[in-house]
Amino acid sequence: MEQLKTIGRELAMGSQGGGWTGQSKEFLDLVKSIGEARSKAEEDRIILREIESLRRRIAEPDVPRRRMKEYIIRLVYAEMLGHDASFGYIHAVKMTHDDSLSLKRTGYLAVTLFLSDDHDLIILIVNTIQKDLRSDNYLIVCAALTAACKLINEETIPAVLPQVVDLLAHPKEAVRKKAVMALHRFYQRSPASVSHLISNFRKRLCDNDPGVMGATLCPLFDLITADVNSYKDLVISFVSILKQVAERRLPKAYDYHQMAAPFIQIKLLKILALLGSGDKQASGHIYNVLGDIFRKCESSSNIGNAVLYECICCVSSIYPNAKLLDAAAESTSKFLKACLLFSESHNLKYLGIDALGRLIKINPDVAEEHQLAVIDCLEDPDDTLKRKTFELLYKMTKSTNVEVIVDRMIDYMISINDNHYKTEIASRCVELAEQFAPSNQWFIQFSVSNNFTFQTMNKVFEHAGDLVNVRVAHNLMRLIAEGFGEDDEGADSQLRSSAVNSYLRILGEPKLPSLFLQVICWVLGEYGTADGKYSASYIIGKLCDVTEAHLCNDTVKAYAISAIMKICAFEIAAGRKVEMLPECQSLIDELSASHSTDLQQRAYELQALLCLHSQAVESVIPLDASCEDIEVDRNLSFLDSFVQQSIEKGARPYIPEIERSGMFSVSNYTSQHQHETSSHTLRFEAYELPKPSPTPAAPQISVSTRTTDLVPVPETTYYTENNQASKLQPVLDASSADHGIKLHLVGVQKKWGRPTYSASSSTTSSSEKKTNGVTHLDGVSLQSQGTLYDSKGQQSEKQKLAASLFGASAGKTEKKPTSTQRAPKANTATAERPGVARAVSPEISKQKAASSPPPDLLDLGEPISTTTPTIDPFEQLEGLIGPTPGPSTLDNSVTTSEQKAPDLMALYTDTPPSSSSSISSGLGDLHSADKNSPMAKNVPSIKKGPNPQDSLQKDATARHVGVTPTGNNPNLFRDLLG
Amino acid sequence: MVRLYPNRCQLVGSAFISGFLISLVRSFIHFVILISRQGKVRLTKWYSPYQQKERSTVIRELSGLILTRGPKLCNFVEWKGFKVVYASLYFCICIDPDDNELEILEIIHHFVEILDRYFGSVCELDLIFNFHKAYYILDEILIAGELQESSKKTVARLIAAQDSLVETAKEETGSISNMISQAM
Repeated sequence: MEQLKTIGRELAMGSQGGGWTGQSKEFLDLVKSIGEARSKAEEDRIILREIESLRRRIAEPDVPRRRMKEYIIRLVYAEMLGHDASFGYIHAVKMTHDDSLSLKRTGYLAVTLFLSDDHDLIILIVNTIQKDLRSDNYLIVCAALTAACKLINEETIPAVLPQVVDLLAHPKEAVRKKAVMALHRFYQRSPASVSHLISNFRKRLCDNDPGVMGATLCPLFDLITADVNSYKDLVISFVSILKQVAERRLPKAYDYHQMAAPFIQIKLLKILALLGSGDKQASGHIYNVLGDIFRKCESSSNIGNAVLYECICCVSSIYPNAKLLDAAAESTSKFLKACLLFSESHNLKYLGIDALGRLIKINPDVAEEHQLAVIDCLEDPDDTLKRKTFELLYKMTKSTNVEVIVDRMIDYMISINDNHYKTEIASRCVELAEQFAPSNQWFIQFSVSNNFTFQTMNKVFEHAGDLVNVRVAHNLMRLIAEGFGEDDEGADSQLRSSAVNSYLRILGEPKLPSLFLQVICWVLGEYGTADGKYSASYIIGKLCDVTEAHLCNDTVKAYAISAIMKICAFEIAAGRKVEMLPECQSLIDELSASHSTDLQQRAYELQALLCLHSQAVESVIPLDASCEDIEVDRNLSFLDSFVQQSIEKGARPYIPEIERSGMFSVSNYTSQHQHETSSHTLRFEAYELPKPSPTPAAPQISVSTRTTDLVPVPETTYYTENNQASKLQPVLDASSADHGIKLHLVGVQKKWGRPTYSASSSTTSSSEKKTNGVTHLDGVSLQSQGTLYDSKGQQSEKQKLAASLFGASAGKTEKKPTSTQRAPKANTATAERPGVARAVSPEISKQKAASSPPPDLLDLGEPISTTTPTIDPFEQLEGLIGPTPGPSTLDNSVTTSEQKAPDLMALYTDTPPSSSSSISSGLGDLHSADKNSPMAKNVPSIKKGPNPQDSLQKDATARHVGVTPTGNNPNLFRDLLG
Repeated sequence: MVRLYPNRCQLVGSAFISGFLISLVRSFIHFVILISRQGKVRLTKWYSPYQQKERSTVIRELSGLILTRGPKLCNFVEWKGFKVVYASLYFCICIDPDDNELEILEIIHHFVEILDRYFGSVCELDLIFNFHKAYYILDEILIAGELQESSKKTVARLIAAQDSLVETAKEETGSISNMISQAM
């Protein structure tokens, strides 16, 4: 009876009119109460109550079908609000079996919303979908196809595939369209399963219904993305379709805001951009229609601008054409300027910035006239716009503006909370800094400030930043160690003491990322006491703090203990007594008992070192020798005299390992290694009797234990640069690789003993002057940098910024010589430094600038390509596409198909569908012609001449040299300031 | 009845449609969401696979991101390496970063115009109580994350055909006597 009442209410609601017929009062109340809910918690309570009642009622026997439909909709509602309604899924699946379309649709809708494509229940639906795909009612077929798009997974594709393919020829266009989309989805899910059906897409492109044709562009876009070359024959068809769309040959229904089928145009432009990319011939066909669209496009509506933007993307992607690039640049400036006039058109500004980013890849000069607009966008309160502008700046970074750009980026990075974007922008900064760093000191400053931001980015770097930043950290250490050059020790030590100062300050910060702590420890250990400003115990105390205050990992601890060891060693070598701080002693004790063998070893090494004589210590860890190469004397020749002596005294000569094969000596340090290399087969012969070990071995062994203790730790950082995890390895590897670990040290000793290097700590007073000489930052950029942050918004400021961003040509000439002066140290480590490459590059780029023509896009092929340099591509094109028969390079069949193609679109408007079959079959020929296509014949015939592909490639390289923004071409922006 | 959402609004332009967050997965569009100004979810459609938990997170993050944006800013936001285009009471569509944002914006407007035509100047109430119909319409416009139909007329015709079929079906099975007999 109660049900009757609700039905009555339902009817009352139904008669109330409005859109929401057929729903119970209950449901309306529910929706209303959700709408009135003041908080998420309240909403959750309501929905949970609802779910409980649904769970009960949906399981009742004999729920009326219409009632069940409403329950299902209520479940959809609950799921939409983020709650789990999985208990009802099976009822939704059942509902898809219903005969009534209304219920079936509801069932399909619910199922597509509920189930992911790997859900167990899918298998229960496949049968229904199969049945429905065969239905006479096209609406049921549509519903089934929509569901298939979402639900059919890789396993179940074969079950429905034949039917879907059949539906491609269904009389109803709505069905054909959905069948195309379903097939596309299947292709996305499992390309292999539908690969034999791809020709169907080509056929559907010639469908009479523009909707089906438009839908077919989606799969074709995917296919062409995957394999451009197989679809080159379609270029002409796409161009003719686009042309007709632009000429409004499609039914009016496809117009949108006075634009002719803009969505189809955009899709076609995307496809043409792919097909024309790097292909001069294909691009030639496209130029004409692009020019048309540029002319016709309404830039007053959003959609018109969307099409224009897509045109710009297309122009920047295909083989460059000067006229089109001009048109694109003009549209871009319209985007950017429109924003200046109407403040609300942020969207256009955004697109303008993006378009600019695409165009400067081809011609960096485009950016010039928009300097101020770009600066405006950079200072815009809108984050989206700002980020886009940073992306643009990143693309146009050169050696002349890198400082300003990176500074800006870092400022922005510090100011935002978005971890994802922080990571991205941080890695970009690093990349730019390494690529373009104007001077070493700047690089360090940069790195220091960059590391500052690590504090706020701990998490980011844990997940994303490590790969990039480990390298950065090591580069930074290397830079501090190597300094500016051999002739400038003063500047080096000044740099080092400033690094020490700033790091000691930074250590006060509460949270520091481990990578940064490693750098700090290393620098403090190496240079902490070098200038005499800080006492050894002060630095050691700080280093002990590092291991305690920061919850640091083993790597940091290892760095810290090694640093302490170095400082102790320097002290001992200098003849001062080292008194152990209690916290240091407890650290050593703690680490000696550590689970990490690496830490243990380091702790023991330190303890051993403290007992050594000062001379020994000095040769073990010489001062400031981190840049020295370690030469390993594998023959141990320096021991010859000692061996000789012992033999003379009656010791037994050394028996090489091979001759002793099979003998294991536990006391022998190399046993481990031997064990690895000896065969793994079991040995059946008896063990030899233990012999007293040969006398010469005895001193060796004692040395060996010593050595492994003392292998200087700073060096390991060099070896492990790219492989931090295996920090310990080098010691073991090096020792086990040649069977003479022990001698390692001695070789090292010899090398390091050189007195010249201990003199490196020079006085600070003289160094200051020299540094001034080295920090050659030119006045312009310094000034602008300095003032940059003071008064934003002032036009003059912006202009300055613009000047520093777009071309500080004044400072450039001064800068170049200094950067070349900075000759790298002639040691192997420097070879990898970015600085070296940079030092050379200005000269190269100068040469290149002299030899290659100015970046005029028209002249691209001029010096190299001999094939078609003087012919205007536009003229060629017009010849191709215009009404006159194509040039003689195209043979007849191409021209006929070309003439036929335009008719295709006329079908949509003029011809009745019945008469279309003959023409579309003719077109079918065109599209299936890829195998023996006239185009295919055509291509090789052209290739017979002077090879156009080669010259094309040469063009590309010539362009790359002269025009790309990364090419360090100093002339490009010179006249900007003037 | 309290009028929660007082105005019937012109959807396009100064919109009073709560947020549809549309974003598409893997394909062109990852998903579409509609959220209200108060952050209430009105419609969600996921074209790329998202677990229920992820969905809640996405909605929470995006509503935080989009609802706090001031007026007159871009209709686009970058979000976790994707781009989300939103418009008119927060229809949001999530796309890949290199897609044409303005086109997506117009797809939203296209959708809204079709809703408008269907409901006769649509207001938020229509979408609240007839969200399933909004889903049906969306299914005719976007399929598997791609725009399948750009003609408003075609979409309207199909929806009308479905509705009329549903109506006739209702008349057959849904007469009062029928219902009462079922209920008993």
